[in-house]
Amino acid sequence: MKRRIAKDTLTGWSMKAAVLFANLLVFLVALGLLYKARPILASKSLGHLLTSLSWHPLKGEFGFYPFIVGTVEATLLSMVLAVPMCLLAAIYLAEYAPRRLRESAHIVIDLMAGIPSVIYGLFGIIVVVPIVREIGLALGKQNTGYTLLSGGVILAIMVAPVIISVTMEVLRSVPAEARETALALGITRWAAIKHVVLRHSMHGVLSAIVLGFARAFGETIAVMMVIGNVARIPRSLFDPAYPLPALIANNYGEMMSVPLYDSALMLAALILLLVVGGFHLVAHIILYRIEKRW
Amino acid sequence: MRRQIIEEKIFKALMIASLATVFLALLAIIAIIVARGAKAMSIDMIIKTPEGGYYLGKGGGVANAIVGSLMLTGGASIISLALALPIAFALQREYIPRRIARVTRLALDVLWGTPSIVYGAFGFVIMVYLGIGASLLGGIIALSLLMLPIMTRAMEEIIRMVPMQLKEISYSLGTTRLETTFSVVLRQALPGVCTAAMLAFGRGIGDAASILFTAGYTDYIPHSLLDPAASLPLAVFFQIATPLPAVQDRAYASALILLLVVLLVNLVARLLSARFSRNIIK
Repeated sequence: MKRRIAKDTLTGWSMKAAVLFANLLVFLVALGLLYKARPILASKSLGHLLTSLSWHPLKGEFGFYPFIVGTVEATLLSMVLAVPMCLLAAIYLAEYAPRRLRESAHIVIDLMAGIPSVIYGLFGIIVVVPIVREIGLALGKQNTGYTLLSGGVILAIMVAPVIISVTMEVLRSVPAEARETALALGITRWAAIKHVVLRHSMHGVLSAIVLGFARAFGETIAVMMVIGNVARIPRSLFDPAYPLPALIANNYGEMMSVPLYDSALMLAALILLLVVGGFHLVAHIILYRIEKRW
Repeated sequence: MRRQIIEEKIFKALMIASLATVFLALLAIIAIIVARGAKAMSIDMIIKTPEGGYYLGKGGGVANAIVGSLMLTGGASIISLALALPIAFALQREYIPRRIARVTRLALDVLWGTPSIVYGAFGFVIMVYLGIGASLLGGIIALSLLMLPIMTRAMEEIIRMVPMQLKEISYSLGTTRLETTFSVVLRQALPGVCTAAMLAFGRGIGDAASILFTAGYTDYIPHSLLDPAASLPLAVFFQIATPLPAVQDRAYASALILLLVVLLVNLVARLLSARFSRNIIK
């Protein structure tokens, strides 16, 4: 008996240690990146780094502004393209679709979420880039097709599974009574959805969008394959852009040979971690609250 | 009232159109990768490593990337599993208070959402600290960090579903937490645990950003943990970036292999879960 209890206590402690590790991991990652980013933070102020336009590693100038603008614009563009469609699709699946369609849609959406980003990128190169190029030329804009718009379109496809599945879950968690009460007043289903269901689940839907935003913000490979990667602020949809994750991924080869370069890239990774982590924190706290409420 | 009905009809049409667009996008992606990849596919692609002049269009295949990917993701799966299972079990009420469990869940969710390039960068920091270069080991470290939250969170969801009464029956026989966990909870949750592991494997094998500078790339099959390792996603990525159409075709073939592996993993995960659920007491 004693041995059994000893075994239980021992495994109990090691399991708790594993839990502690999981909790500390975020901080560990942040601290590791901060440690490497310190040299550049010591030589320039953070404000200067974030707002400077000039990116010339060989001259020791590391201005992140074009990359931050590139990331934010590509992400916002993908949101504009994806959010209305995803919300409509999710409302249909959660409120109108017969059970069989909903279940098979679940499988399709899981599948979509599981497709590697490099394959989305390849799809972008084969299909999206030529189409965007033609559209741009038709509008009288000289472009290569590797543009902000292509990046936005690919990101929009990639965030769709996140937004749809979270929205569906949130909508399904609205109690049937709320719907039925509204329907008993003799209004249409859409009116009930608009006035009751969506109002009930507004915070949840917002979290779904935030999660999609965070996913797009940190996406690396697929975007960098189609967005052109030119470190200038894009003036139109048909200009290339250069998002922050692509900056890290593109320059790992030379970063060790230029002073402060590795430090700058680690700072970029830290910024990504903090922004995306912050969004996730907020969204998940809201979603937990909803789960508990219903 | 008529206006309401018309409004509903309009929105319903919009919804169906949106849903169709999403489905069509997926269909288009799979169809195009399969069509382009099948044209460039050959048995050499799968069983041969790159020969001299491969990147100029000469003979060879991406066996180095296939084996490399399996080694990277396999190794990372073992490490993640060794950590994920204890964490998922510990999140039960018997081990830690619910408040802490909730915070841990939140931490895992934040980790899940962390961009893989960040894990790549952090993996690089660890490698510099340990004094190793781009290698199989470095890739495994970065990938296991990426896979850990996915695996843990998915397992924990399943373990949480095990009914408390079932555990109480076991406890009333005088078992310890460990014994109940292994003989009741694990057995009950096994299909879910397998599915979670497969899900994480599927994510890991497709991820490129985390191994870009931790695992490196090589034309050879790694012989030790400190050799660099090739991988399928990076094989796609590097080959499509070359200007030669013959090499680009191989990127499509590599993408097809990757896609098939990911779809297969998903399928097996589903089948496994269906097969193991026979032992489950509802």
